Amino acid sequence: MKKLINDPRRVVEEAVAGFEAAHGDLVAVSHDPIYIARKDAPRQGKVALVSGGGSGHEPLHGGFVGFGMLDAAVPGPVFTSPTPDPILAATKAVDGGAGVLHIVKNYTGDVLNFETAADLAAADGIDVQTVIVDDDVAVKDSLYTAGRRGVAGTVLVEKIAGAAAERGDDLASVAAIATRVNSVTRSMGVALTPCVVPHAGEPSFTLADDEIEIGIGIHGEPGRERIKIEPADAIVDRILAPIVDDLPFASGDRVLLFVNGLGGTPQVELYIVFRRAAEALAERGITVSRTLVGNFVTSLEMQGMSITVMRLDDELEQLWDAPVQTAALRWGR
Amino acid sequence: MTLDTAWAVRWIRASAAVISEHRVELITLDRDIGDGDHGENLDRGFSAVLPKLDDLADDATPADALKLVATTLISTVGGAAGPLYGTAYLKAAGAIAGQAELDGAAIVALLTAARDGVVLRGKAAPGDKTMVDAWTPAVDAAAAALSNGSDEAGILDAAATAAEGGARATEPLVAHKGRASYLGERAIGHRDPGAQSSALLLRAAADTATDA
Repeated sequence: MKKLINDPRRVVEEAVAGFEAAHGDLVAVSHDPIYIARKDAPRQGKVALVSGGGSGHEPLHGGFVGFGMLDAAVPGPVFTSPTPDPILAATKAVDGGAGVLHIVKNYTGDVLNFETAADLAAADGIDVQTVIVDDDVAVKDSLYTAGRRGVAGTVLVEKIAGAAAERGDDLASVAAIATRVNSVTRSMGVALTPCVVPHAGEPSFTLADDEIEIGIGIHGEPGRERIKIEPADAIVDRILAPIVDDLPFASGDRVLLFVNGLGGTPQVELYIVFRRAAEALAERGITVSRTLVGNFVTSLEMQGMSITVMRLDDELEQLWDAPVQTAALRWGR
Repeated sequence: MTLDTAWAVRWIRASAAVISEHRVELITLDRDIGDGDHGENLDRGFSAVLPKLDDLADDATPADALKLVATTLISTVGGAAGPLYGTAYLKAAGAIAGQAELDGAAIVALLTAARDGVVLRGKAAPGDKTMVDAWTPAVDAAAAALSNGSDEAGILDAAATAAEGGARATEPLVAHKGRASYLGERAIGHRDPGAQSSALLLRAAADTATDA
């Protein structure tokens, strides 16, 4: 597998250094331990938002650090949660006295490391609350699994909770908004090819040329089933139905439709997907009132996409529209 | 032989060696039913422990050595394994605090506390296809060996053998925790990488108690 890297063991360090060089107007980077903070952090009196997780999902999370979104992002090794130390350091660095919200994707490693960091931060007198994002309907949420995974819906949680913090909400309110976004957001993905973790050097799973994996996770974890490739519209229908049925979304709902690329799929295909997804929602009487299309929560160079639908109300719509200024998401200022 | 701080240090060095040696095997097991980082992460963690062993005080106890492993793994491993193993070593250290030499009862207490730490952090039960499936039979076998009058080396050997059996016994199981739980029945036929690394670490404990 060809990759634009120098040393597989220095992938994250070098990428973060590049991110700093490119976006020094927005962020300040700590290199040991590694975290990316808002340039103007800490903001006194504002609730701070910290997220993080394994690298390889860029622009998640570093690309969402800045005004109106995250105060800090903690990138772990590729596909591996960061340890508690950098999470704690980032939490302390951005706390402006109003407390810190940890936004954590529901993966066992992320949850355990953030939980440990939150315990340590609490011992240092920092008020930390945690919101677990678990929007992936491909996984059955039951006592017999680790629960649903947190995938592309994380971007929506970070954007909206970030806007709530920016308008001056207190920690409990920001946590409540984040929880509410998660509760009205559902996602599911599909992979056309696997991806290669740099230090592993081999694909994390194999798919035949004519096979796709329905319900893929963002680290290449298998999903619901493996099927033969179909036309784009059929694939969209196949993954949109369980999303809509799960919440469930109903006729009359107003939603945000988010088509997310997993890294190796061109925009032209993402728009083909969006076209059918919007059409299929309209057929159900669901109004798409906000949209997002692009590579926001990726899985290295994996080909594939995920669809996320979030039910909107007036407040969530206003918070989505509020100004944001980050490397990967920017409008209104 | 005496299980003192020198043994604890030998065990830790042997652990680093065995994890490094089995790095690819653990990556492969994890790639089958997880995300393929287990060998890489543990190797990074134990490699980070080695230089710190030289800084242990002359009067350090076995508990101090295990605590050093705990804090280093928590701060270097990441993933689920970092907090799980870190908690295991931390609780194990707590169970033998202040003891310069470990007798059979102390070894059983150490193993029990480690297992309880993993359960506390990960909330897994036996049969969930996790590290617990290696640790629980290990603890049971160690306790049985103690009551049968085995010496310390015999207790550790019984624990290691039971852990190896426990790791093998994860193969037919469906996973209920961690990333493998997303696979449902597709996890059947694959050995849990955490149970396998646990068995390797316990075998290192037994080997270093008889060598030297």
